[in-house]
Amino acid sequence: MEQNTAIALRHITKTFGKVVANHDISMDIRRGEVLSLLGENGSGKTTLMNMLAGIYFPDQGEILVDGNPVTIASPRDAFQYGIGMVHQHFKLVDIFTATENIVLGLEESGKLDLKAAAARIREISDRYGFEIDPDKKVYDMSVSEKQTVEIVKVLYRGADILILDEPTAVLTPQETDRLFEVMRNMRADGKALVIITHKLHEVMEISDRVAVLRKGEYIGDVATGETDPQKLTDMMVGHATSLNIDRPEPVNPTPRLEVKDLTVYDSMGVKRLDSLTFTAMGGEILGIAGIAGSGQKELLEAIAGLQDITKGASILYRPVNGEELPMELAGKTPRQISQAGVSLAFVPEDRLGMGLVGSLGMSGNMLLRSYRSGRGFFTDQKSPERLAQSVKQELEVVTPSTSFPVRRLSGGNVQKVLVGREIAQEPSVLMTAYAVRGLDINTSYTIYRLLTEQKEKGVAVIYVGEDLDVLLELCDRILVLCGGQISGIVDARTTTKKEVGLLMTKFRKEGAEG
Amino acid sequence: MTQAQLVQLLQSAVVFGTVILYGALGEILTEKSGNLNLGVPGVMYLGAIAGLAASFFYENGVAEPSGAVSLVLSFLAAFVAAALGGLIYCFLTTTLRANQNVTGLTLTIFGGGVANFYGGNLSTLAGGVGQISVSTTSLAYRTTIPALSGLTVAGFPIGTLLFGYGFLVYLAIAIAIAMHWFLKRTRKGLNLRAVGENPGTADAAGINVTRNKYLATCLGSGICGLGSLYFIMDYTKGTWSTDGTIEALGWLAVALVIFATWKPLNAIWGSYLFGLLYWMYMYIPNLTRSSMELFKMLPYVVTIAVLVVTSLRKKRENQPPAALGLPYFREER
Repeated sequence: MEQNTAIALRHITKTFGKVVANHDISMDIRRGEVLSLLGENGSGKTTLMNMLAGIYFPDQGEILVDGNPVTIASPRDAFQYGIGMVHQHFKLVDIFTATENIVLGLEESGKLDLKAAAARIREISDRYGFEIDPDKKVYDMSVSEKQTVEIVKVLYRGADILILDEPTAVLTPQETDRLFEVMRNMRADGKALVIITHKLHEVMEISDRVAVLRKGEYIGDVATGETDPQKLTDMMVGHATSLNIDRPEPVNPTPRLEVKDLTVYDSMGVKRLDSLTFTAMGGEILGIAGIAGSGQKELLEAIAGLQDITKGASILYRPVNGEELPMELAGKTPRQISQAGVSLAFVPEDRLGMGLVGSLGMSGNMLLRSYRSGRGFFTDQKSPERLAQSVKQELEVVTPSTSFPVRRLSGGNVQKVLVGREIAQEPSVLMTAYAVRGLDINTSYTIYRLLTEQKEKGVAVIYVGEDLDVLLELCDRILVLCGGQISGIVDARTTTKKEVGLLMTKFRKEGAEG
Repeated sequence: MTQAQLVQLLQSAVVFGTVILYGALGEILTEKSGNLNLGVPGVMYLGAIAGLAASFFYENGVAEPSGAVSLVLSFLAAFVAAALGGLIYCFLTTTLRANQNVTGLTLTIFGGGVANFYGGNLSTLAGGVGQISVSTTSLAYRTTIPALSGLTVAGFPIGTLLFGYGFLVYLAIAIAIAMHWFLKRTRKGLNLRAVGENPGTADAAGINVTRNKYLATCLGSGICGLGSLYFIMDYTKGTWSTDGTIEALGWLAVALVIFATWKPLNAIWGSYLFGLLYWMYMYIPNLTRSSMELFKMLPYVVTIAVLVVTSLRKKRENQPPAALGLPYFREER
């Protein structure tokens, strides 16, 4: 087996600022084998592979290719050692043909002979069973065709170690089958293949060996034949660690948002949410779990009125004092939703993109929520300033002044500004997405405390999170999304990490995944 | 319209067209790298004054100036000065990441200012406004091949029409064809187009985005400078005036880039069409002063029409480079 080792990683560590993405990882990649790299979001899979592809450079440790220590400082170096990586986001020029994209950047001598290149592309395609038209423009291609171009691109450069970063995330089941067929052909040809994924059934189907990462640590590897999804899930999510988040029992929860048959298609016509039905209660925190891209963003945006939802869907809002009549939010604009007295405090995933204006200061950003309330033509500048001051004090935002551009604050402080502003609206529904992403422990706890305070005030809090430990300890109920469907709603007090983990990666035969 | 008038109109169209053809070709090369250089008029000003100054000092400093030497000197001066303008632009936008539109417009103002300042100085040296004359050099630029330019077929002065121009007219066509070949048929051309379309992809493919932007912008600006050199040496026959014509021509060149849908070969016939449309008013009888001005607007009207048509047809090949005007930072990929 040893002579088959194509790449050996030895004690690789990579940190971004204070965040350790990979810690002391040692593993082997072998020829004639498909290796699955399995792990939750943020477990460091892509970071690790990016170091092989020359995108990142390891802080510590060494990489051996065929037993020789190498330095991979750029994608070009990676190609030199026969390493090719297909990224999740395709790097293709839209108006170029497949051939032009494939030969782009190659430093071959002689003149550009696209016909010869196309012939070689056809030869590669025939050998592995790709379906590709070398003269087709990328803008005319489907996602799967674009992926094929990317794979052929690395093969064309002579790569014999292929890394595919979540290749099936964008494919239909049929396209996935075809991809796997091609991967088997490449394996038979003696190539080393690494597939980054978090879909267990695919791991079982395609790979020979599984390596598991958890929170940047290498947990171990097993032969696929000797394991099963249950064992892999255990390895992936690990044992529950106690975070000691203060979680009071919900007091007198009442239905606040009743979502029924919520279905959303994106602009490409792909189904992102598939008939979701659930109720968010006032006085509790409803956690939303799921692997990235399972429809979390679409769900929050649909409730906030930012997504077109299909007919027949219903989002019923029941005001806090039971006297007012319930109101249908479906089909209303964000403005109408807030004008009708429904306060959906929305803390988006992309806090600087959708939540705040980076070049404005704290008070300017507070003004974004209240600019209509001024008297006559002029906006009221004073109350946003007062609000900014109080948020700064209460949440301990570190900023030179309330007019300092928020763009230049640290991530934690930006988040505090955003959450502080939304909470100041005294919402009856507070939605947050990845509210603690990139924050240090202390700031995270501040955010948890704020959300819990809101819950105690009777607010329906919807918390989209990625860390299962936090979801288990912060929330009252957890709704698990998988491929745009609800795969389960569980009681956070009684469920286990394992159960949520399995629901997140639940294999469904219908294959409705977007 | 008599035959003589027709030939005269076509000839002026070619002469006029050549000025903006250079400008458009330079700007096409620049824009292919993703740099939207709105400093074309400024760059052309720089080329014009440098070319004129080089030949002026040579002609006045040497007892018996040689047309060929002066031609080479002024040619190089114009190209280099204009390329330096492009260097300023590229340094500001690519290295210092300044806003491309603001930088371009500023460069236009800067180039006009510099050129008119030194144009005034040259006039003073020459003894007054309108006294600059570099007739030897101008003559060299306007030299034609007598055997060819005198050719007539069945009484029609075909020679005058096809061969009756200085060498810069033919050089412009040659550059256009070479540029077309470069962009479509060479690796470097493919790389450059990728930089303008999707710099992130180009970077990942190992293409040096910064170097491509610098080279394309400086060479492109140099080519723009040849347009104004032709204007000075051939069109106005070696004089300087501060009436802003060069700026107007520069903007027309930018319009021509859009008209040609970023294709060098289209720019050739497009430039002559613009010339034809521009001079048409001279040959339409009974025009008042104001309707003449309306006629001079025709090239812009045609450009707008082309914009509308290409937008409606939504053909991806006729769109500007996808990353045109956008800054590229590797960290944000």
